[in-house]
Amino acid sequence: MDLIKQLINGIQVGSIYALVALGYTMVYGIVKLINFAHGDFIMVGGYVALTVIPVLVSAGLSPWLCIIVAILFCALLGMATERVAYKPLRGAPKISVLITAIGVSLFLQNLFMLIFSPNPKPFPNFLDYPPLALGENFQISFVTLLTILLSLIIMVGLQFFIQKTKMGKSMRAVSEDPGAAQLMGINVNRTISVTFAIGSGLAAVASVLYCSAYPLVEPTMGSVLGLRAFIAAVFGGIGMIPGAMVGGLLMGVVESLTKAYISSQMSDAVVYGILILVLLVKPTGLFGKNVREKV
Amino acid sequence: MLKVINLNVSYGAIHAVHGVNLEVHQGEIVSLIGANGAGKTTILHSISGLKRPSSGQIVFEGQDLVKTEPHKILQMGLAHVPEGRRIFAEMTVEENLEMGAFTRSNPQEIREDMEKIYHRFPRLKERRGQMAGTLSGGEQQMLAIGRALMSKPKLLLLDEPSMGLSPILVREIFDIIVQVNKTGMTVLLVEQNARMALSIAHRGYVLETGDIVLSGDAKSLLEDDRVKKAYLGQ
Ligand SMILES: Nc1ncnc2c1ncn2[C@@H]1O[C@H](COP(=O)(O)OP(=O)(O)O)[C@@H](O)[C@H]1O
Ligand SMILES: [Mg+2]
Repeated sequence: MDLIKQLINGIQVGSIYALVALGYTMVYGIVKLINFAHGDFIMVGGYVALTVIPVLVSAGLSPWLCIIVAILFCALLGMATERVAYKPLRGAPKISVLITAIGVSLFLQNLFMLIFSPNPKPFPNFLDYPPLALGENFQISFVTLLTILLSLIIMVGLQFFIQKTKMGKSMRAVSEDPGAAQLMGINVNRTISVTFAIGSGLAAVASVLYCSAYPLVEPTMGSVLGLRAFIAAVFGGIGMIPGAMVGGLLMGVVESLTKAYISSQMSDAVVYGILILVLLVKPTGLFGKNVREKV
Repeated sequence: MLKVINLNVSYGAIHAVHGVNLEVHQGEIVSLIGANGAGKTTILHSISGLKRPSSGQIVFEGQDLVKTEPHKILQMGLAHVPEGRRIFAEMTVEENLEMGAFTRSNPQEIREDMEKIYHRFPRLKERRGQMAGTLSGGEQQMLAIGRALMSKPKLLLLDEPSMGLSPILVREIFDIIVQVNKTGMTVLLVEQNARMALSIAHRGYVLETGDIVLSGDAKSLLEDDRVKKAYLGQ
């Protein structure tokens, strides 16, 4: 029973990692850039939700709408970040782009420290529904259930979008060869904007789910969660969408099992150990293709 | 139909194209021949918007293309089969053709045109669900041409379609170019394979290190002593 509980726990955290990892991997796939500010979008989503929940409630609306508001806000933030910070640097050396990304991350963290103070704020528990009982002394909390189901739906939907829709196909085309994609009449700038919007929107969903499970919001919360999700993306193969999903879930499960059965201090060590092992055997990650860099 | 006027293109300090003038009329096959590094690809990239020229004009059906974005140039009716084919290797053959039709919206018509492409290239039909990266070089070139045709262009730009192909396949590809031209498609063909390119063309231009050094009727170019010596190995 305990093992199942730990597994479910791991899948819950892993789903959140996966949602965030998808943002890293989609952006990397299309512009070959690690958006180091992506973790901070989670933090922004948390503050947005925290701020709008009381407003929604006092206006007589459902607090669930905070998810939509956070998605829209983060999607716009993602597109704006790309437009203002990254687009002017297309074609610039990788190191300039990397430093800019770190700059955006620091900017967001400090901005939110200024607005909301560096102290953690409690996140309103708007998902206060009874747990689902599965037998005598085994139950799953509502937040856990919601996290797992919602993430599953989102991931299946995203996979469908990427594989089957015209927009999704054009995103794959741009990620393979932006020049050739332009020759097809694909508007590459628009495609990149949409990718940032989707990735950032996923971070917003992850944010509300995460804050509901660990109800504290603070300006630096994105760094830790972002790093974990980034590792999950690399683990699965950066740029590979199924890789981010599997990488995130695996990482959540490994972390949860290590904490439960080995030691809670060891979880990072085990996670990094597995990452290093995987990268030694397969440098491009679990789902990565062993292709050479394009000339 | 297409008029390139005094085109200059540079890569940093490298001045790759020096004041080139060329013209393509409705219904023609025009071949632009020249050795490796002469600037042929650079000219095509300037026409389709992938490379900004430093000066000059490119006029297509009365509209200047120089400041137009590539995806808009395609919509104006100009399709470019790039050097090295650049098919989407990790997408299926059919998805590649769909990308060619990206700017079109009538699914019925797209379907019909795809069937026409499959009819023209039966080997693509057999491999429609296969990843394009697994095709042979000749099949990839056919896919690149088919993909460009899916946009229903008025002018087709082809950059070295014979590159890396066996003589039999080169002939097959060139036959297809002639057939496509017979259906009313105007073609600007860039080639190092001067003999083949001039043999199917109406007119030709010879490019040497960024300058047009000769131009005229394709037949007379084939008989020109300088062309024979430099490009036909006679
Ligand atoms: N991306 C580039 N950066 C710098 N120089 C380039 C680039 N592309 C082409 N060149 C130079 O421009 C000249 C013309 O090249 P190109 O147009 O590719 O010739 P061709 O297609 O006739 O072989 C060459 O000297 C080549 O080295
Ligand atoms: Mg070339």
